[in-house]
Amino acid sequence: MVEVQLRVNGTAHRLELDPRVSLLDALREHLGLTGTKKGCNQGACGACTVLVDGERITACLALAVQYGGREITTIEGVAHPLQQAFVRTDGFQCGYCTSGQICSALGMLAEVEAGAPSAVTEHLAEPAVALTDAEIRERMSGNLCRCGAYNGITDAIRETAGVPS
Amino acid sequence: MTQAPEKTRPSVERPADAEGPAVGRPVDRVDGTVKTSGEARYAAEFPFPDIAHAAMVHSTITRGRITGIDTAEATAVEGVLAVITHENAPKMVPPGRPTPLDLSSMAPGTRVNYLNTDEVHWNGQPVAVVVAESLEAAHAAARLVRVTYDALPATTDFAAAQADATPVKGNLLEIGEAKKGDAEAALAAAPVSVDATYTTPPQNHNAIEPHATTAVWDGDRLTVHEATQGIEWVRKHLAVRFGVPAANVRVIATYVGGGFGGKGAVWAGTLLAVLAAKATGRPVRMALTREAVYRTVGGRTPTRQRVALGAGRDGQLTALLHEGVSAVGRMGGRSEAVGSQSQHLYAARTVLIRHSTTEMDTVPNTFMRAPGEAVGSFALESAVDELAVELGVDPVQLRTRNEPERSPTDGKRFSRQNLGRVYADGAERFGWAARDPKPRSMRDGRRLIGWGVASAFHMPIQLPADVSVRLAADGTVLVRSSFHEIGVGAATAQAQIAADALGVPVDAVRVEHGDSDQPVGPMAGGSGQTASLAAAVLEACDRIKREALALARKAPGSPLRGRRPAELRATGSGLFRADLPPGAESAGETYAAILTRAGRGYLEARTGSDNRLRAAAGQARFMTRFLLDRRRWVRAAIGAHFCEVAVDEDTGEVRVTRWVGVFDVGRVVNAKTATSQLRGGIVMGIGAALGEETLLDPRTGRIMNPGLGEYHVPVHADVPAIDVTYLDEPDPTAPAGILGIGEVSIVGVAAAVANAVHHATGVRVRDLPVTLDRLL
Ligand code: FES
Ligand code: FES
Repeated sequence: MVEVQLRVNGTAHRLELDPRVSLLDALREHLGLTGTKKGCNQGACGACTVLVDGERITACLALAVQYGGREITTIEGVAHPLQQAFVRTDGFQCGYCTSGQICSALGMLAEVEAGAPSAVTEHLAEPAVALTDAEIRERMSGNLCRCGAYNGITDAIRETAGVPS
Repeated sequence: MTQAPEKTRPSVERPADAEGPAVGRPVDRVDGTVKTSGEARYAAEFPFPDIAHAAMVHSTITRGRITGIDTAEATAVEGVLAVITHENAPKMVPPGRPTPLDLSSMAPGTRVNYLNTDEVHWNGQPVAVVVAESLEAAHAAARLVRVTYDALPATTDFAAAQADATPVKGNLLEIGEAKKGDAEAALAAAPVSVDATYTTPPQNHNAIEPHATTAVWDGDRLTVHEATQGIEWVRKHLAVRFGVPAANVRVIATYVGGGFGGKGAVWAGTLLAVLAAKATGRPVRMALTREAVYRTVGGRTPTRQRVALGAGRDGQLTALLHEGVSAVGRMGGRSEAVGSQSQHLYAARTVLIRHSTTEMDTVPNTFMRAPGEAVGSFALESAVDELAVELGVDPVQLRTRNEPERSPTDGKRFSRQNLGRVYADGAERFGWAARDPKPRSMRDGRRLIGWGVASAFHMPIQLPADVSVRLAADGTVLVRSSFHEIGVGAATAQAQIAADALGVPVDAVRVEHGDSDQPVGPMAGGSGQTASLAAAVLEACDRIKREALALARKAPGSPLRGRRPAELRATGSGLFRADLPPGAESAGETYAAILTRAGRGYLEARTGSDNRLRAAAGQARFMTRFLLDRRRWVRAAIGAHFCEVAVDEDTGEVRVTRWVGVFDVGRVVNAKTATSQLRGGIVMGIGAALGEETLLDPRTGRIMNPGLGEYHVPVHADVPAIDVTYLDEPDPTAPAGILGIGEVSIVGVAAAVANAVHHATGVRVRDLPVTLDRLL
């Protein structure tokens, strides 16, 4: 067992963990924060996306013991207009991918804000990236939605872009 | 190229908060907040202080017997509570044979009595379960269980197994053969014909929530939190297998993270979680890994299909032949009725539809979104496109020219027949008139552009549904039924229906679902849940209104005194005379006034029966009515898909760039959720068209890509803005005019893509998925 201090949604938790415990399982099984979902446990679906110091990661591929002292934000700690936008645009059906989509979108918007290009960015030299639908789709492609709510998700993100968190 | 508007328009544009009926409005989902805040709990997310975690061990041979299991190393892992094998497992009652008299007898996904047998029937069958204090210990120990086997020869190559296919006879629940005239002769005599073979691969549902069960025994009472589309099947089946009365089993599935048919039957994980809880005396959670889902839950079976079409020069079909062979598991699974839509869709003078199956030693197949039609339509609608090319006729015209007045095979009437209309609407929205029929005639730089169409067709089922509706004196309404919220917006739809039926605002209605303690709801399958529930909700609301009126009629001073139901309408949270404006003095009164005067806290009505025998009789009556009705009518949701693809000339990469889908699904309850569900089917169809394939090693039947990294479902970048509209006209023969919408939109999608690819490239791909190697 290893002792780890996890800061999640602004609250510090001291946990005794098996070093094999992923950040995802630490959240779900040890802290009871089941809003973060497990769809594949191998980095392929994005359902487990959380924000670490504002950057999106797949928590299933992270070991909890490596995240001591970092600022972790899960869906339970998100209060953002994007959530209402998802409801308005029907950016989900079963809801199982939704936490990951929302966290991922918030991380993605920060990346765009910082001028990070994607595979579809046309003008790499420009400091600012225009958030077209193609950009949104490309940058969100790590988050699978088997219900196929992609149109609604893109609408929600487009509508919300520019709203500061 | 014409461009579809980037933002799509629903055909019904009424604001969500408009006055008037709630049905039809794009009301936000009632579970919107819990699903966007992470509050909604799914089957693996219910905390128990002493929860134990279970992990499966899968067979590494395909068929044979276990000769030994060495569990010593696994048992020694710290935190392991039990390693359960066929040598020490508690007994389970073997599953019985399915009978049409009790639909829940169809619950088991396979006939295997897991861990109660040393037999192995497919590669990946569970042969042991490890239960441990932690997830990590359970999964680590599962890898340390050493199993030795005596292997037997197995049938694992679908191409080879087809030689042993046997005809499907057909019964109440399965389509076998359908015939009209001598189709082979008509085909031979036809001036223009096509005759081709199409194949579709195995596919998996891949709901993003993997199957999960949390099982808790308390003496001989059992509670399971379950990822299921069929609460009642799970409850009854667990009762049978574990020898307890069904009343002792409670199944809870408030939210389910997608199903698509994969969570319809009861699979190994559910049984083994309950078994493990019994063996260890602890609450047990079995959250399947993605790989375990592939290995133990069936998917869509592979098919090989022949479609042959004969036509006169005018394009009138003279012969339609559709023959399909599909694989079934030796331990379960059903025929894939690929000819389902071919029985009814086009007015062919002669028809021959035949199905056959061949048994394989694989995990038994199961229903997956539009079983039969989803892959059958790929063959039929590709063949129609091939015929259009042969004839030199526009593929839209060829289809509408062959729109039948009555079902061509059996003369049954259609409850509605609007193929021509959905094509006309779609053609206009898509800009189809601008199409140059010549392949390779349109391009955008290096990319070849192609336009294709295909028809959608699906016959929704109806299911028995019990609900209770309670109208409180404060005007709020509670609807309860153990139906399923797997993402279809079922609770939202029923809130709208109850709101209109009682004349109250939508937000006055609360809907409780997903718990077997509630009146027995329908399963989420066959596109039947919403309409089936609507019928029951309307009936219950009707009874409540009658009871309210009965109270008011007798009351001196009530403006409803002496009134008859037919003279009234439910509006403004009460009953009011239909011949007077709602606000008019003494036109009626609110429920609050009626109930308060009568000293009643609430009125409640319940459909169905708590009594077991009466409930069974009711179910039998329902099924008889449903089947008789099916003999009279073809009641189908239909649609027209219009697709644009761009194909990279050098790499063969296919991108879907535009989509227009126009549907006739009867009345649409919720413009927002219906549009989403119709889009969702199209997205899944795009996956089937371009990427999805469960790869089996033909030597062992072992699934080689059991994960989302290797099985490619569509991602954001694969899906353009999808323009979905619908006619929104009630079907007069369906409950509340509603036809189900869960499946129709996937039907025809793969063909529309393949047809567009042909138009773009001149290459006809008859084998799904249309991967780039097939275009180079
Ligand atoms: S659960 Fe982490 S990416 Fe799928
Ligand atoms: S909403 Fe079901 S997977 Fe996205």
